[in-house]
Amino acid sequence: MAEVALVDVSKSYGAVEAVRGLSLSIADGEFLVLLGPTGAGKTTTLRLIAGLERPDRGNVLIQGRVVTDQVPAERDVAFVFQQYSLYPHLTVYDNLAFPLRSPARRMNEKAVHRRVQQVSELLHIEQKLGNRATALSGGEMQRVAIGRALVREPSVYLMDEPLSSLDAKLRAELRLELKRIQRELGTTILYVTHDQIEAMTMADRIGVMNDGVLIQLGTPREIYERPDSAYVASRLGTPAINLIPAELLGCDTMPPQARTVGLRTEHIRISSADRPGPLARVHWVEHLGDQNHVHLKLADHSLVTLADPVQQLKAGDQVSLEFAEPLYFDQAGNRIGADGFRGHV
Amino acid sequence: MAEIKVEAVAKSFGTFAAVKGVTFTVDHGSFFVILGPSGCGKTTTLRMIAGLELPTSGRILLDGADVTALPASARDIAFVFQLFALYPHMNVRQNIGFPLRCQNYPRAEIKQSVAEAARLLRIDHLLERRVGGLSGGDRQRVALGRAIVRRPKAFLMDEPLGALDSEFRRLMCGELRELHDRIDATTVYITHDQLEAMAMADGIAVMNQGRVEQIGTPQEIYDRPRTMFVADFIGAPPMNFLGVQASLQRGDRSIKIDGVRIEMPELFEDRAEGRFAVGVRPENVSFADASPLRGRVIGAEYLGTTQIVTVITASGRVKARLPSNKAVEVGETVGLALRSDRLSLFDAMSGQALHSSLYEGGTRG
Repeated sequence: MAEVALVDVSKSYGAVEAVRGLSLSIADGEFLVLLGPTGAGKTTTLRLIAGLERPDRGNVLIQGRVVTDQVPAERDVAFVFQQYSLYPHLTVYDNLAFPLRSPARRMNEKAVHRRVQQVSELLHIEQKLGNRATALSGGEMQRVAIGRALVREPSVYLMDEPLSSLDAKLRAELRLELKRIQRELGTTILYVTHDQIEAMTMADRIGVMNDGVLIQLGTPREIYERPDSAYVASRLGTPAINLIPAELLGCDTMPPQARTVGLRTEHIRISSADRPGPLARVHWVEHLGDQNHVHLKLADHSLVTLADPVQQLKAGDQVSLEFAEPLYFDQAGNRIGADGFRGHV
Repeated sequence: MAEIKVEAVAKSFGTFAAVKGVTFTVDHGSFFVILGPSGCGKTTTLRMIAGLELPTSGRILLDGADVTALPASARDIAFVFQLFALYPHMNVRQNIGFPLRCQNYPRAEIKQSVAEAARLLRIDHLLERRVGGLSGGDRQRVALGRAIVRRPKAFLMDEPLGALDSEFRRLMCGELRELHDRIDATTVYITHDQLEAMAMADGIAVMNQGRVEQIGTPQEIYDRPRTMFVADFIGAPPMNFLGVQASLQRGDRSIKIDGVRIEMPELFEDRAEGRFAVGVRPENVSFADASPLRGRVIGAEYLGTTQIVTVITASGRVKARLPSNKAVEVGETVGLALRSDRLSLFDAMSGQALHSSLYEGGTRG
């Protein structure tokens, strides 16, 4: 049974429709990531589930119960925010124990101790339990903040960009840890981010949101390989997919209604100009360490692809392009051959 | 344009040494990035260049003139902070023009300079708008507008993109670099984000614990890290380290990892028996069934274009960047091939890279 379900939920703030007719269900033990730019409605969705906002329309269900009218404390959810909020005067131990000692729960100290110990080991902060919260590094603080949600065992964890305030290295570490913890505990997580790497690496399923609407829902591989629209295609992949006007490529196998062709960098091959295929000019080669991006001009259109390190390319070179696995999009930007919009489940 | 020289600059706050003798030169027209984790001293260094902190020792020269003791207002430098502080009660035009109005520029000149700055930042259509209703990116552009409107000699930027979406950050990286080129500026930019640094910089100084670990071009720092800290800080995922116990001789062209002889760039140093680490970037690791260097796959992270596969070997964890269509199963045992001309060797105690033919081609940092 779904742990959390949203049924046709809408929420407006004045004239701004933050969430529009959103239906979504999160399965027991699932790690679901909502991905979208700022203002897509991701955080509002989390707040609606937490009970921090009331929907204008539609219902929120947790474990099959309609909770739309319940206050946050009555809903069985834990929220982890972007900015960690710890009690600076308390130790790590007491910060972690705090939610368990609330009068509403009344857990005995022995059980509290057991739970804190367990969670601190999971997060690899068991050595720091005696430290003041302020005597921790940023990464440790955020682990304690996540730990404070984990000590409780709610139906669902709601996480709002919990890693975005950390530096890249810590983010990468905690990404792996969060996924490991979720697998080990079998917890249900709804996680909100604008970072496609977080979505790709942690999610069982990704929901892509834009302008308050869920536009596609699927596994990372489905979303990457079979995007329903040019917009979704452009959300995933670094460098971003190349979207090229169909007439520039002119080939026979193209569906007649195709207006835009989407080509991922790994599906473009650069060969010498005497080979068949559209001709392009090398605009510049960008060295980014692990990847070299080649910026190409195909007529007036810019393309970015990855360079093979053995290929010596320089600005001004004429090259021929070969393509594989193109994605075709129609006038409206919908992928031709996409089996409808799976987003609206 | 300006040349900025930082000479043996140190700064202590009470007993805490934030910056411990830092030296570098930012050339005319260069986009220079100071990269490091939080607490490495990069912001303090930038604030000393700006004149917001006084160094405990050392000198700062701007176009050859010693400005170490000059207040910020007497240096022709603009500072862009991480959190854009705009005046909410003013519109975009007034916000951008503010620094000029403070200095009593004539109205016509202010108008023209503001129009020019707005055009450069492509926000000319927003000039009459209130800043309150602007998107994060446009607010950031307005903050930049306020910095460039004075046409200072140099720009100092303290993680100006830190608060933005990753998507948007990439876009702004391109914009900032373009802007820098268009106005022929000299920029010192600090960040903890290596991708920003790699994408924008002409030169990078990697800082750690108040010291500069390495200075070089992005590619130099990536390909020839001087220390394990740099190798580990740059790259996502970072460089892999395989621990070895060995004694080494000048001219060695191979080393034994886990009993398996692996070719490497020619070594230019003699070293007594000790602990070393072979460093290899994830994209220089591949699967090779026949390789005697074996490991067990413990995880694969799908990234679309590529996947990162983690393998446990007897000498440590290795992450490999492989094409995403390569079928990989968790639990299977695989052979690993390392690209021999790209291997670094580090002293595991000091963390310093050993000198080899790989490092020969680059500049000494």
